[in-house]
Formats: sequence, structure tokens, C-alpha cells
Amino acid sequence: MTLSAHDKELVAKTWTKIAPKAAQIGGEALGRLIAVFPQTKTYFSHFADHSASSPQIKAHGAKVLGAIGQAVSGIDNVSASLSKLSELHAYNLRVDPVNFKLLAHTLLVTLSAYLGAEFTPEVHLAWDKFLALVATVLSEKYR
Amino acid sequence: MVHWTDEERQAISSTWAEINVEEVGHQALARVLVVYPWTQRYFSTFGNLSKPSAIAGNPKVRAHGKTVLVALGDAIKNLDNVKATYAKLSELHSEKLHVDPENFKLLGETLIISLAAQFGAAFTPDIQAAWQKLMAVVTAALSKQYY
Repeated sequence: MTLSAHDKELVAKTWTKIAPKAAQIGGEALGRLIAVFPQTKTYFSHFADHSASSPQIKAHGAKVLGAIGQAVSGIDNVSASLSKLSELHAYNLRVDPVNFKLLAHTLLVTLSAYLGAEFTPEVHLAWDKFLALVATVLSEKYR
Repeated sequence: MVHWTDEERQAISSTWAEINVEEVGHQALARVLVVYPWTQRYFSTFGNLSKPSAIAGNPKVRAHGKTVLVALGDAIKNLDNVKATYAKLSELHSEKLHVDPENFKLLGETLIISLAAQFGAAFTPDIQAAWQKLMAVVTAALSKQYY
């Protein structure tokens, strides 16, 4: 499943809208991940507070969305844009790839909450595809 | 037997009280058909599903979305026994409709996203968690009679 020109356009347009709130949105998406899928806490045992409302979790979520923003800027070659992160996930973090799908879901929920009616089915589709691509790139060096 | 906390019951019923069953049903089903277009295989009698705008305006999609959400209301009224409540529906989906149970998950996801679109920040992580649990329970109940 590849991104069409239209998908890329929709992703870029959405990003422009949400960029000013990217840190908040990223923080909320990760907080929702912890709240809804508590097994994901296992990756954050090194945080003193790894509850859904933890400031460390929120800060980390902001980082994650920042990286996704980089992928948006380099959407024509996500593999190149996220190459270092791909290695980090493969050799250091080794987050089970199933969790990329879970975070994609909570990010979609957060985008939907922020954008309301503007998060149309087409925008939703473009982001679902884009986040699936990001997940593929992040796990491409796992084995 | 599924164990529900008071907070979860409250989260579900308070959200349910505020939703327009036809509208949310329509949104959730339309999203499934747009975002996961292979699901259109189950709706060959629905007419024009060729583009998102066609799906959004399709009266059969709207009507069916409402049917689905009304059925969800039955589960919500019978939270302590969703499996029994859905036994016939499960059989219908398996024997007559031949729906891959994976689709129950997809609709569960788009319903959550539709609720987030309607309620915004009021759809808190804890409320989302309660609804995700409900979607998992509904999915399990609908899949139960498959063999």
C-alpha cells in the first residue's frame, strides 16, 4: 500500500494545521496509549512516573510526534528520513512492532479529537496509510 | 463474565446518552468503507460506493450505520451479558453474512475515532479506555458463534 500524491497532500495539510500544537498532541497520544493499552507501560519502566498523565510520558510523546513531523517533511523518502530512528528501534529499543499500530491508533484518535469534522474519512485514510508506512520503516531493520 | 467498574459503566452510559445514533453510526460505517475499502465487499447491494463523497451521501450506508449503532445500544443495556445478548447476531454474521470477524475490530476503531471527532477533549483517555473495552467485548461476543 503506497501513498498517493493526494494522500501526501492531505498529510502535509494536516501537519501545517497541527504543527503549533504538535507537542501537546504527541503528549496526549502517548498518554492515551498508556491509558488504553497499559501493557505498553513496560517500555517506560525507566521513567519515575509511567502513568498516562506523567509529564515524562507527555514529553516523550512530544518527541515522538516531532520525529513523525520529520517524516512528513521527507514524505517522499520516509526510509531515508527515519533511517537513524529505524536503527535505534532495531538495535536498542526493540519495541515490538505491534505497538506501532497501537500508537498509530491513539494518534488518530487524538488528531480526531483536535480536528473534529476536519478529520474527514479521507484525511483519516491518508494518515492511517502514512503511519503504517512509518511503522514499516521503523521495523525494517529488526531482522 | 466481564467485570465492569462503576467508572467504566458511567463513562459508557454518559457518552451514549449524548450521541446521535444515526449520525455516529453513519460516520463510523462511512469511515470503515473509506479507510478500509476492501470492506466494501460486504455491501455490493448498496449502490454507489466509488468515492468518499458517494459513500458519505449514500442512504443505504446511513441506514445501515444506524442499524449497527442501535444494536450496540442493546449491548450497552446488557453490559453484564453481552455474549448472550449477541448470540443470534453472532450466528447471523457467521452463517448468513459470512463476515470476517476482523471487520468487527475495524468498525470498533472507526467508532472510537468518530466519538473523538464528536466529543473532542471531553473524550478523555479514561473514557476512551472504557469504550475500547466495550469494543473488545462486543467483538468477542460477535465472534463467539463462529465455527
